[in-house]
Amino acid sequence: MVSALTTSERTGALAILFALLGAGVVMAASTATRSDPMGFHGYLVMLYALGVMVALLRGYFDAEPPSSRLEHYYDDPTKAGIILAMGWAVVGMFVGDWVAWLLAYPDLTFNSAWASFGRLRPVHTTGVIFGFGGNALIATSFHVMQRTSRARLPDQLSPWFVLLGYNLFCLIAVSGYLLGITQSKEYAEPEWYADVWLVVVWVTYLVLYLRTLARRKEPHIYVANWYYLAFILVVAILHIVNNLAVPASFAGAKSYSLFSGVQDAMTQWWYGHNAVAFFLTAGFLGMLYYFLPKRAERPIYSYRMSIVGFWGITFFYMWAGSHHLHYTALPQWVQTLGMTFSLMLLIPSWIAAANALLTLNGAWDRVRSDATLRFMMMAAVFYGLSTFEGSFMAIRSVNSLSHYTDWTIGHVHAGALGWVALITFGSIYALVPWLWKRDAMHSPALVEWHFWLAMAGTLIYVFSMWNSGIIQGLMWRTYNDGGTLSYSFLDTVEAMHPYYIARAIGGLLFLIGAVIACWNIWKTIVTPSPGAVSVADGQPLPSLLPAE
Amino acid sequence: MFQTHYRLERKSLRLVLAIIVVASIGGLIEIAPLFTIDETVETDPQMRVYAPLELAGRNIYIREGCYACHSQMIRTLQDEVERYGPYSLAVESKYDHPMLWGSKRTGPDLARIGDKYSDQWHVMHLANPRGVVPQSIMPRYPWLTTTQLSVEHLGDDLRAMRTVGVPYTDAMIANASADAVAQASPDGDTAGLLKRYGEATQVRAFDGQQQTVTEMDALVAYLQILGKLSDAAKAPQNAKASGR
Repeated sequence: MVSALTTSERTGALAILFALLGAGVVMAASTATRSDPMGFHGYLVMLYALGVMVALLRGYFDAEPPSSRLEHYYDDPTKAGIILAMGWAVVGMFVGDWVAWLLAYPDLTFNSAWASFGRLRPVHTTGVIFGFGGNALIATSFHVMQRTSRARLPDQLSPWFVLLGYNLFCLIAVSGYLLGITQSKEYAEPEWYADVWLVVVWVTYLVLYLRTLARRKEPHIYVANWYYLAFILVVAILHIVNNLAVPASFAGAKSYSLFSGVQDAMTQWWYGHNAVAFFLTAGFLGMLYYFLPKRAERPIYSYRMSIVGFWGITFFYMWAGSHHLHYTALPQWVQTLGMTFSLMLLIPSWIAAANALLTLNGAWDRVRSDATLRFMMMAAVFYGLSTFEGSFMAIRSVNSLSHYTDWTIGHVHAGALGWVALITFGSIYALVPWLWKRDAMHSPALVEWHFWLAMAGTLIYVFSMWNSGIIQGLMWRTYNDGGTLSYSFLDTVEAMHPYYIARAIGGLLFLIGAVIACWNIWKTIVTPSPGAVSVADGQPLPSLLPAE
Repeated sequence: MFQTHYRLERKSLRLVLAIIVVASIGGLIEIAPLFTIDETVETDPQMRVYAPLELAGRNIYIREGCYACHSQMIRTLQDEVERYGPYSLAVESKYDHPMLWGSKRTGPDLARIGDKYSDQWHVMHLANPRGVVPQSIMPRYPWLTTTQLSVEHLGDDLRAMRTVGVPYTDAMIANASADAVAQASPDGDTAGLLKRYGEATQVRAFDGQQQTVTEMDALVAYLQILGKLSDAAKAPQNAKASGR
C-alpha cells in the first residue's frame, strides 16, 4: 500500500508521524511528575506512531507509482477502513454482550476496576458507534464520493491521515475508559486532548471531501453526498460545542465542562440526539442512497422526496434533543419545542424510508434471492419503524413511562442493530467483491446465515427490552389501594432478570453473525475469483468512465 | 423550490453553507436563551460549593461510570416525588460541571441520597452490594477502601472549576489538598475547612478508618452531600409538589 504513495507523500507521512511521536513524548513526559493516566495515552500515541512508521518505512524506498494510477480511483483507504470497521464491530459487540451478561450475573467482573459495568459500557458504545459505524462511514464515503463525482481523491495522504487518525482517537477513547478517563458525557466521553485531536482529523476529512467535490466531473452533487456532507459538518459543530471544557492541568486528563447543570444537560442532549441524527442517520442514509440503488440496479424512486427528506431531517432533528429531558428541571418551553419537532421529524424520516423502499419496485424478486439487498431493505424498514417509535417516545406522556427504563435501550438498538448495522453489512457485502474484484462474496450461504442471525438477534433484543422497559415503568408508578407505591425499586430490578438474559442471548446471536461476516469477508479477500486472476495491478480499468 | 435546489446542488460551498445555517437554527433557539432568561435557574444565595473531598468523590463517581445506571434528576411526577423526594430544581446542579442527570435507572435515582443511609452502609454496600442488598445487580468496588486518595493536585481542579464559574476563593484553592484530608480526619485540625466551607460541612472518617484518606472516603462524602448543596427544593413554594 505504501508503494502507491508518491515520494513527497511518503515524506509528508513521515513528518506527520514524527510530529505525532513528539506529541506522545510530550504527553508522557508531562505526567512524569504526577501519576496521571494521561501518561499511558502518551505511550499509546508513541507506539501508534512508531507502528505506522515501521509500516511506512518498509516500503519507503520502493519505486514511485506510475502516473497511470491517476486513471483509477484510489481505494486502498476504503479497503483498510472496511477491515477496521469489521474489527471494531466484533470488539464493540463482544463488549456489549459482555455487559449485557453483567446485568444478569453481576459478579462476572474478576473483581477488577476495569471490568466493571460503568467502565465497560462506554467501551461498547464507542466501539460500535465510532469504531464500527465511524470506520464504515469513512470507508464508504471515500468510495461514494469518488464514484458519484467521477473524480479521484485529490491526494493519497489525507485519506490515510483521516482513517488512521480517526482510529487513534477511537483507541485513546476505549483504552481511556478502562483506565477511568471519561468526561461522563454520554457518547462524548473522551477527554480534552482526544477531542482536540478529533477536531484536527475531522477538519482534514471535511477539506478532503470538499476538494474531491471540487474535482467532480458531474455537474450535480449526488444526494448521498449531501448526507455525507451533513454528517461531517454537523458532527463537527456538535463535537466542538459539547466538548468545550477547561482542563484542570495540561499535564493531566481531567477537565471540567464549560457549561453546568441545565445548560450542560441541554447541550449534551442536543449533542446526543444529533449524534444519532447526523452520525447514525445522515451518514448511513448517505450509504443507503448509494448502495441500495446500485445493488438493486434501480434509480432512486424520487428526486423530490430525496430533497424534502434531506432538508427536513437536517432542520427538524436539531430541535429534538430536549425530548431527552421531559419533566426535568429544563424549562417547559424547551421540552415542548423538542416534543413538537420530534413529531414533525417523522415526516422527513418516513419520506426517506419510503424513497428507499419504493426504489425497490421492480426489484423485489431480488430482495428474495439476494441476502445483501435484503439487508438493505430490512435496514430501511427498521429505519422507518425506529423513527416512528422515536417520535412516539418523544410525546411527554409516553416519555414519562419510557424514560429511564430499558424501553429506551430497546429503541436505540432497534435503530443501531436494525438500521445502522444492517445497512452497513449490506453495503460492505456489496462493496467487498467490487473493491477486491471478485465475482461475489466467498459464501453467499453464509451471507444468508448472517442475515437470519442478525434478524433473530435484533428481534429478541428489542422485544425483551420493550417488555422489561414497559414493565419497569409501570411498576414504578403502580399504587396499591392504600395509596402508597406498590413496588420497591428492588422489586423492579428482580423483575428484569429474565429479560436481561433474553437480551444477552439476542446480542450473542447478533455478534455471531458479525463474526461469520468477518470470516466470509476475509475468505473473499484472500481467494481470487477464477475469472479475475488475470487482472494485474497495473492494468488500466475503466473505473473512471461509467457514470455511477 | 425544486428548481432552486437543482441549482443549489451544483455548488458545493453553497450547499455547505446552507447545511450549516439550516442545522444551526434549532440549537441556537433552544440553547442560547437558557443562558439569558433569568427564570431558567432559580436563585439560592445559600447554595454551597463542593468541598475538595466531595469534588474528588464526584470525580470517582464519574470515573467509575456510576452515571450510566443512576440518574440524579427527580422528575416532576408524583410517583418519583414520593419515591425519591422533592423534584430536582435547576439550581441544584448549578455547580455541576458536567451535570450528572443521567439517562437510565438500572439502579435508583441518587439526587437526594445524601444522609438517607449511614456511612457504614455505603462502605459495605460499595464493597459488596449483594452483602447488604441480595437482589442488587451493582458491581462491587472493594478496592476503593484500600486505594489512597490522590489529593496532591486538587487545587488545580478547584481552579478549573472557578474558571468555568464556580465561586471558589483563593484560600479554598490554596488549601484544597489540606481541606480534603481534614474533612476525612475528625481528630485533626478542621477549623480552616469549616471556616471556608461552612459549619454544616460533614467531617467524618467516612470509610471508618481514621488514619488514611481513601477513595472510599471521597466517594461516600460525595454521596452524603447529594441533594444537600441547596435547600431551594424544600422551600415553601415547592412544598405542594412533595405532598400528594
